[in-house]
Amino acid sequence: MSAEQRPRDSPQIRRLAPVIEPGHTYASVTDKISAIVLTRPASLGWYAGFAIGFSLLGVLTISLAWLIIKGVGIWGINAPIGWGFAIVNFVWWIGIGHAGTLISAILFLLNQKWRTSINRFAEAMTLFAVACAGVFPLIHTGRPWMAFYMFPYPSTMGIWPQFRSPLIWDVFAVSTYGTVSLLFWYVGLIPDLATLRDRATSKPRQIIYGMLSMGWRGSARHWHRYQSAYLLLAGLATPLVLSVHSVISFDFSVSIVPGWHTTIFPPYFVAGAIYSGFAMVLTIAIPLRKFYDLEEFITMRHLENMAQVMLATGLIVAYGYFFEFFMALYSNNKFDVFLVQQRLHGPYAPYYFALILCNILTPQLLWFQKMRTNVAVLFVMSIVVNVGMWLERFVIVVISLTRDFVPSAWGRYSPTFWDWSTFLGTIGLFITLIFLFVRVLPAISIAEMRELVTHTSEEHE
Amino acid sequence: MNEHRSHIYGVMGEFETAKQLIRATEKTREAGYRRIDAYAPFPVEGLSEALGLRRSWVPFVTLVGGLLGGLSGFAFQYWANVYSYPMNIGGRPLNSWPAFIPVTFELTILGASTFAVFGMLAMNKLPQPHHPVFNVPRFTHASTDRFFLCIEARDPKFHLADTARFLQGLQAHHVTEVSDD
Amino acid sequence: MRDHEHQREHLHEPTAPAANAQQEEGTEDLAFRERPLDLAAVRAKLQSKTGKQYWRSLEELAGDPQFEELLHREFPRQAPSEWDDSVDRRDFLKLMGASLAFAGLSGCGRQPEEHIVPYVKQPEGMILGKPLFYATAMPFGADSIGVLVESHEGRPTKIEGNPEHPSSLGAANAFAQASILDLYDPDRAQTPTKFGEIETWSAFLSSAQAIATETKGVNGAGFRILTGIITSPTLAAQIQSLLSLYPQAKWHQWEPAVGDGPREGAKLAFGNYVNTVYRPEKAEVILSLDSDFLASGPGHVRYMKKFYSRRKLDQYAEVDRMGGEMNRLYVVEPTPSVTGASADHRLPLRASEVELFARALAGKLGLGGLAVLPGKNGEWLATVARDLQKHKGASLVVAGEQQPAEVHALAHAINAALGNVGTTLYYTEPVEAHPVNHLESLAELCADMDAGKVQTLVILGVNAIYTAPHNFDFTSKLKKIRNSIHVSSRYEETSEYCQWHVAESHYLETWGDARAFDGTLSVIQPLIAPLYRTHSAREVLAAFSDKPGISDYEVLRDRLKAANPSADFEKFWRKSLNDGVVAGTTSAAISVALKFNPASLPAAKVTPAGQIEFIFRPDPCVYDGRFANNGWLQELPKPLTKLTWDNAALVSPKTAETLGLTHSVASRGGEHGQILSNVVDISLSNSKVTAAAWILPGQADGVIVLPLGYGRKKAGYTGTNKGFNAYVVRTSDALWSASAPKNAIKKTGEEYPLACTQYHFNMEGRKILATGTLEEYQKNPAFAHEGDEQPPKELSLYKEFAYPGYAWAMAIDLTSCNGCNACVVACQSENNIPVVGKDQVMRGREMHWIRIDRYYKAESATNDPSSYDASLENPETFFQPVPCQQCENAPCEQVCPVGATVHSAEGLNDMVYNRCIGTRYCSNNCPYKVRRFNFLRFQDWETPQYKLLRNPEVTVRSRGVMEKCTYCVQRINNVRIEAEKQNRPIRDGEIVTACESACPSEAIVFGNANDPNSRVAKLKAQQRNYSLLGELNARPRTTYLAAVRNPNPELEKA
Repeated sequence: MSAEQRPRDSPQIRRLAPVIEPGHTYASVTDKISAIVLTRPASLGWYAGFAIGFSLLGVLTISLAWLIIKGVGIWGINAPIGWGFAIVNFVWWIGIGHAGTLISAILFLLNQKWRTSINRFAEAMTLFAVACAGVFPLIHTGRPWMAFYMFPYPSTMGIWPQFRSPLIWDVFAVSTYGTVSLLFWYVGLIPDLATLRDRATSKPRQIIYGMLSMGWRGSARHWHRYQSAYLLLAGLATPLVLSVHSVISFDFSVSIVPGWHTTIFPPYFVAGAIYSGFAMVLTIAIPLRKFYDLEEFITMRHLENMAQVMLATGLIVAYGYFFEFFMALYSNNKFDVFLVQQRLHGPYAPYYFALILCNILTPQLLWFQKMRTNVAVLFVMSIVVNVGMWLERFVIVVISLTRDFVPSAWGRYSPTFWDWSTFLGTIGLFITLIFLFVRVLPAISIAEMRELVTHTSEEHE
Repeated sequence: MNEHRSHIYGVMGEFETAKQLIRATEKTREAGYRRIDAYAPFPVEGLSEALGLRRSWVPFVTLVGGLLGGLSGFAFQYWANVYSYPMNIGGRPLNSWPAFIPVTFELTILGASTFAVFGMLAMNKLPQPHHPVFNVPRFTHASTDRFFLCIEARDPKFHLADTARFLQGLQAHHVTEVSDD
Repeated sequence: MRDHEHQREHLHEPTAPAANAQQEEGTEDLAFRERPLDLAAVRAKLQSKTGKQYWRSLEELAGDPQFEELLHREFPRQAPSEWDDSVDRRDFLKLMGASLAFAGLSGCGRQPEEHIVPYVKQPEGMILGKPLFYATAMPFGADSIGVLVESHEGRPTKIEGNPEHPSSLGAANAFAQASILDLYDPDRAQTPTKFGEIETWSAFLSSAQAIATETKGVNGAGFRILTGIITSPTLAAQIQSLLSLYPQAKWHQWEPAVGDGPREGAKLAFGNYVNTVYRPEKAEVILSLDSDFLASGPGHVRYMKKFYSRRKLDQYAEVDRMGGEMNRLYVVEPTPSVTGASADHRLPLRASEVELFARALAGKLGLGGLAVLPGKNGEWLATVARDLQKHKGASLVVAGEQQPAEVHALAHAINAALGNVGTTLYYTEPVEAHPVNHLESLAELCADMDAGKVQTLVILGVNAIYTAPHNFDFTSKLKKIRNSIHVSSRYEETSEYCQWHVAESHYLETWGDARAFDGTLSVIQPLIAPLYRTHSAREVLAAFSDKPGISDYEVLRDRLKAANPSADFEKFWRKSLNDGVVAGTTSAAISVALKFNPASLPAAKVTPAGQIEFIFRPDPCVYDGRFANNGWLQELPKPLTKLTWDNAALVSPKTAETLGLTHSVASRGGEHGQILSNVVDISLSNSKVTAAAWILPGQADGVIVLPLGYGRKKAGYTGTNKGFNAYVVRTSDALWSASAPKNAIKKTGEEYPLACTQYHFNMEGRKILATGTLEEYQKNPAFAHEGDEQPPKELSLYKEFAYPGYAWAMAIDLTSCNGCNACVVACQSENNIPVVGKDQVMRGREMHWIRIDRYYKAESATNDPSSYDASLENPETFFQPVPCQQCENAPCEQVCPVGATVHSAEGLNDMVYNRCIGTRYCSNNCPYKVRRFNFLRFQDWETPQYKLLRNPEVTVRSRGVMEKCTYCVQRINNVRIEAEKQNRPIRDGEIVTACESACPSEAIVFGNANDPNSRVAKLKAQQRNYSLLGELNARPRTTYLAAVRNPNPELEKA
C-alpha cells in the first residue's frame, strides 16, 4: 500500500494500524531488538517467570522418573480407555506447534508483511511446543526403553516397523516437522546471529554468536541463494504443516472407534491446530510486547489480524463439531449416533458443553473490532481458546473410548495426580524454553524488520 | 602493480542506502569490473540483477532431495512389507500402498528441505568463520545499517589506486583497502 | 524355595529344644522318644570334661535324642563342629553354604517312595518338557470331583476334569480348578505349632500319645472329633476304629454351607437317610425348588453336562432336528442363581414361600394338603403342575440344599407321584460315611464343652470359630478345652484358640480316597511330596490310635485289598489309580418306601409380609470361606453380580427403593470397575453386621441375601478382612433364613466402593447376544440374522488371505452357557494370568483373557438397577463368554506400530510379547475389548511357590505388555508336534482349549473350520451361528450360536 494508491487521510488507512510505527531506521530497529539480548539486564519479572517454569520442569522430571519406575499404571488409563492425558496433551501441544510454521511459511508466501515481527518467536514457540509434544508418544508406551522398535533399523530378528499403523506415520510426521521447523527457524536466524556477533561486546558472546552465524557477511551472492532457499523452505513447510495434524488425526480417524472414525477429522484437526496455535501466539505476544516495550513492532494491527485468523479458524472448528453430529445422524450408524448422544447427555456432557463455550461461543466476540483491539480481552480470549482446545482433545480421545461397541466393556476415566503433574511438567518445559529464548536470541527478526523499514521509508518518500 | 596483489584482497566502499549501493554496483559493472561483491544487512531487491547473478542452483538441489527422500521412502516400505518380512497384518494386502503414502510424503519433505538448507550453505561456502572483508573495521556495520561494495584484487582491471579513486567517484564513504590476512 | 523354607527353620528351631524340655510326660515305646532332661547325666558329663568344651544346650550335653533328631535334620553331621565356635564371617558363610546345599539335597530326598501311576503315560516314559497327567479326586462336601492333574517335571500345574469320573465327565468347576492355587499358597501353615510356637511333628506325636494313654485310661470319655462331611471310607473306618478304641469318645460333624434339609427330608419321607441321584438327561420338564443343582451341590458338574445335553439344538446333526427334545426348566427361588438365570421360567419367591409353593404343588397333584398359592403365582404354579403331569415319568423336581426338610420330603413325594423315581432320579445308600444332623451334632458338642465333659477335641479341617452359629459362642467354649488340636491347611481363626495346630497337607500331597455323589470311590494319589512339614488328617488321627507310624499308602492299599481279595491286586490297584475311579464301587439304586403324607405336615412358618427375610447362602466364589485366600476365586466375577473381592447384602430393586438404597458409578473405573454402594447396618438375632448393599435384579422382594464366606479375620494375605462376615448374624434357630422388621436394616450414610467388572446390563438395542424361543427358532431358524448388516465378502477391495491348511476357530453355544465361571478359572490357570487385586479391578484393569458378560432382557430406560424399573423385577438373564475373537481382519493388528500382533498362517491373532512396546492402540481399536494390558507389574516374580505353579509353556508377561487369548496356542502346537511325528493331520477334538475342556455344558467348541466334518464347522454351518458385531466386518473366527430357550407357550401368553 503506497501513498499514491490511497490518500493518507482516507478513513481505512487511519483505521488500519501500521505493522511498524513510523520513524524507525535500520539502526534503531537493530538497537532496540538486539538490546534485549545484548545490553538489557534480565528483569526481576524474567527471573520470576523463569523460576516458575523451571520448578514445573522439575515436576516433569519427577513424574517421568516415577513413571519409569512404576509403569503407566500410575495414570488413570484402564481397559476401555487405553489413551488418556498423555495422548490428549500430545495432540494439544502439536496443535499449538502449528502457528509458528504457518505464520512463517504461509503468510510469507502470501507476502503478508505483518508476519515479520511475530514470525521469529512464533517459530520458536512451535519448536518448543513440538518438544513438549514429543515427550508424550515416547513415555505413553508401556515399555519406553523399547520404543526404538518404532524406527526402521535392521534388527536381529529382521523385523521392520508396521507401516500401516498411524503411530508410525506420527513418528515420521512429527520428527520431520520438528526437523524442518528447526531448519526454517535457524536459516531465518543466521543474519541476525551475524548482527549479534558484530554488536556483541563480550568475547564469549562474539565467539558463540560467531560460531552460530557461521561467518555470515551479508554478501549479495549469499543473499541471492539464501532467499531462494528460504522461499523453498516456506513452500515445503506449507504442505508439511497441513500434513502433520492430518496425520495426527489419522491416529483416530483410521481406527474403528465410534467418535474417532470420521472423515472430517483431517481438515478439522488442522483448523483446530491453527486455532490453538494463534491463541498461544497471542498468549505469548501480548506479555512480550508489554514487558520489552515492543509495541511499535508488534502493533495492534498484528493482534487484530491474529484475532481475525482465530475467528476464522474457530468457525471452521465449529463446522467440524457440527459435522460430527450431522454425519453420525445422517449415516444412521447406531454406534456413532449413540456416541454423539452420549456427548450431549452422557456422564461427560459437562466437558462437552464447556468445550462448546470455550471454542465456539466465546470467540464470537471477535466479530467486534472493539474486542479485537482490546488487549486484555484478547489475552483472556487466547487463554480460553487454549483451554477449549485441550477440552476438545479430551472429549475426542477419552469420551469416545468410554462408550464403544460392547456395552459390557464400558467404563470411565479419571486422571490421577501423575496425569496432572506430567501435564503441568510439560507446560513448565515450555515456559522455561520460552524464557531462555527471549534472553539469548532476537525475539523479532532484525533483518526482516530492516526490510520493513525500507518499504515504509519508501512510502514516506 | 602485481606486488600489491599478494596481500591485498580488494578495495571496499561504504554506502548509506540500498539505492546508492545498487547504482554504484551498476556503474562498477559498466566500468568493466567483474570480480566484485556487495554486502547488505538485508536482501536488497535488484542487487542480484545489478551484480548480474545467474539463477541459483538451490531449487534444483531441493528437487533432487525431495525425489530422493520420497522414492527411497516408498521403496523401503514396499521392500520391507513385500520382500524382507511379509506378514499377514489384519488381512490387509502386503503392498498396502495407500498406507505407505504418509511416510513417503513426510520423507519427501524432509529430503527436500534438508537438501535446500545444506545445499544453500554449501554453495555459500558456509560455515566460514573468517573472511578478509572482516578486516575492514567499519564492516561490522554491514550487519546493521550500512551497505558495502568490494572490488576484489583478483579482477584483471584491478589497480589499487585507480580502483579506489573510481569508488570515491561513486560517492562511497570510507574507501579502504581490504588486506588479505 | 526349599532354601527359603530352610532359613525360616534357622530362625525358629533353636526355640524347639527349650519347648521340648518343658514336655514332662513321655512314654518309652515311641519311635521318636522325648525324655525329660536328665540332669544327672549332664552333671556326670560335666565332671568328666576337661579343658575347653562347648555345647549348644544342656540337651546336647545330655545327648538328648530329641535334640539329636533336630540336629540331624537341621545340620549335616559335618557342620556342627564349626557351629559352636565364635562364628566369624567365613565360618558363617561356609555353614550357610553347607546347610543350604544339604537343604537342597533333603529337598530331593523328599520325593514319595510310594509309586503313583500316571494317567496316560508310564512315568518311565516321562520326557522333560512333556507334562504327565495323573488322575486323582478333590473331596468336596458330600461329593468328590474326579480330576486329571497336569504335572510338569513333578510339579502339578493345572487341574482338569477326569472323563472317567462320574461327577466330572471331563469337566471341572471353578473350585476344583482353583484348588491348585491353594497348594502353592504361600500363606499355608508350614509346620505343626503349639500355642503358635513352631514345633516338631515328633513333639506333637508324643503329646498325642500322652493324650491317648490318658484317654484310654478313662475309656475315651471326653475325647471328641469334629469333622466336616466325610465321604472317605478309609478316614471313616479309622475314626470308627478310634471310637471302638475309646468307647465313650464321640464324632461330631459340622458342614457350615450344606443344610440338613436333604438328609432330614429323606428321613421324613422314607424314615432313614438316603442319597438322591438325579438323571436330568432323562427329564423333559424340571422344576427346581430353590435348588442351584447346575452350579452347586453334589454332582452338579455332571448334572450341568447332562442337563445341557438335552439343549444341544441339532448339534453336529446333518439334518436339522430343530431341538425337538429340548427340555424345559422351571425355577422357584428367592435370589438369582446360575440355575435360575438359565431357566426357561423363573419365579422369584421368598425362601420361606418356596415351601408354600411345594405344598401347593403337592396339593395340585392330589397328594393331599390344602395349601394354595394366591394370585399370578397360583396360575404359574397351575401351569407348571400341568406341564409336570403331562410328562409323568419324564419330569423331575429338585429341592435346594438350603431348603428345610419339609420341602425335600415334598419333592420326594411329588417325584414319586409323578413316577420319576427310577427314571429321572434314583435313591442309594448315603454317600456320607456317617450321616447325622449336623446342627444337632454341633449343638451337642457345644453343650458338652460347656459342661466341661470334653477334655480333648480334635478338629479336622473345620473352622468352627468362624462358621459355628454365633449363639453357640464356640470361642469361649473352646477355651475351656484342655487338649485342643486343630488340623487345617492355614493358621485360621480356630487355630488361634487351639493348643496344637497341625498344618494339613493339600489333597494333591497325600494318599486318600473319597466317594462321589453316586458312591463311586476314587483313590486320591499325591502329585507331589508335601511342600512343607504338613500332615494328613489321617496321620493326625493315627497319632491318637494304638498304632501310629503306619503310612497312608499302606492303610489305603490294605483297605482296597480287603475289599477286592480275589483279583490280581497289583493290576487292580494300578487300574484304579490310572482311571481315577475304583471299578464297581458305584452305589446301587435302592427302593425306598414313601412313609410321608404332605397333608400331615404342620403349618409352615412363613416370613410375615411386613418383615424382611434374610437368607444365608454360600458365596459362588469363596463358598463357605474355605477359598477366601484363593486369589483366582477372589478376583473371579460372581456370575450375576459381577462383583469381585467382596460380598454384599443382595437386595431386590423394589426393596432397595423402599429402603432408599442406591448405587453410584465412581468416576474411576466406572461401570467397568468401581461402583459406590450404600453401607447398611444389619441387626439380626441380637447381633450386628455392617455390609455393603448391592441391588440385584430378579431377586424376590423383601429378601436380603447375606453371602457366607467373607469377613475372615485370619485367612491369609489375600483373604483377610475382605467383605463382611455373615456368620456373625447367623444363629442355630435361623440357620438359613431369618426374618426381621424393616428397621433391622439401617443406612449408615457411608458409601463403600465395590469392584464390579460389569455394571452395564443393557445391550442398548445392539445385536450383542442373539436370543429367541424354541418356537421362534423352529419358525425361522435364521432368526439370529434378522437385521444383519454384515457386508458380503465379495465387496472387499483387495484379495483375501487364503488359509489353505488349518483354520482354527471356535463356536460358543449361548444356549448352553449359564455363566458358571469354570472357563475363566481354567484360562487363568492355563495361561499364567496374574491376579491384580481389588484396587486395580476397581480401575478396570482385571486381566482375565475370557470374560463372561451378563445381560438382562430388560426394557429399563436406565442401566442403573438402583433406579427402580418394573422390568428389573424378574428379567431374563443371558450369559456370553467373550475370549479374543481372532478376527481375520483384525483391527488390532493394523494399528500396531511394531507388528507385535500379527496373523498366523492358520488364522490365529498372535501376540508377540517380546515385540510389544505397549502403545495400547490395539486395545483401543479392539471392538470386543478382549485385550488386557499389564499397566503395572501385575505378575508376582518373587514368591517361590508361584514359580512352581506356572505353566512352563506360556510366557510370564512383564510390565507394559499387552496380552490376550491365543486359543491356547501352546496346546495347538503340542498336538501339532505329535501329529507331525506320526505324519498325519490333526484330528478333530484332539486340540482342546483350556476353556473348552473345563466347560461342563460343552458350550465352547474349538477346531478346524476348514474341515467340514469338524464339530466346529458343523456348528458354524448352523443358521443360529452369528458373529458378534458382524457389521464391522472384522470376520471373527470365534462365532456364537444364538441362545434359544424353551418357554411354556401357556405362560408366554399370560
